[in-house]
Amino acid sequence: MTRLDTLGKMSATPEELKERIEAGIPGAVASVTGDGHHFNAVVSARAFQGLPRIAQHRLVYDVFGAELGDRIHALSIQTKASATETEAQ
Amino acid sequence: MSDTTTNPMRDAIQEAISENPVILFMKGSPEAPACGFSARTVAILESLGARFAAVDILPDPRIRQELSTISNWPTIPQLFVGGELVGGCDIVNEMYQSGELQETLGLEGPVEADQPPAVSADSAPLTIENRL
Repeated sequence: MTRLDTLGKMSATPEELKERIEAGIPGAVASVTGDGHHFNAVVSARAFQGLPRIAQHRLVYDVFGAELGDRIHALSIQTKASATETEAQ
Repeated sequence: MSDTTTNPMRDAIQEAISENPVILFMKGSPEAPACGFSARTVAILESLGARFAAVDILPDPRIRQELSTISNWPTIPQLFVGGELVGGCDIVNEMYQSGELQETLGLEGPVEADQPPAVSADSAPLTIENRL
């Protein structure tokens, strides 16, 4: 069984989404809340600098691909470009 | 996909996007939205007095599939203005709050509305400070 098959059978957690966003987007700091199906993510990243909002959101969606609308039923996103590398926390 | 030369569904969606200055792909209809995100987006557009075309993506799963291929955007709703994707509910909401949406829609300044915007109750309450 592949990792994706396994993931498909587990419900998603805010912690998992946060980790994957932070791992997938350079310099990202994410705060995620949710109930296992509907999630809300506030993400700041230096990778967002100079990008239109729509491109910033696409970077976040791209972390999850086809899981969106399926395993992750809904994901609300707010993005902010961080000017410089933010220190942890 | 084996046949990319003929795709009537994709062509129809592309045509709808180019022919309508403002078009919303949503779940359900503006009168009966079938999802909270679609409902909120409709409420925002209506509160601005914007005229828009709406397409319900629910009747045929291919609509959503082809739409997302065209727009490179995975979620519903999707608002297009002048043939360009503006965004989904989050972006429309942010742009509405900042006044950018009114500008994008060519609606300068606040519109005299007959009724207050029918936004959902979970939206952030406005904080109005009177410093006169």
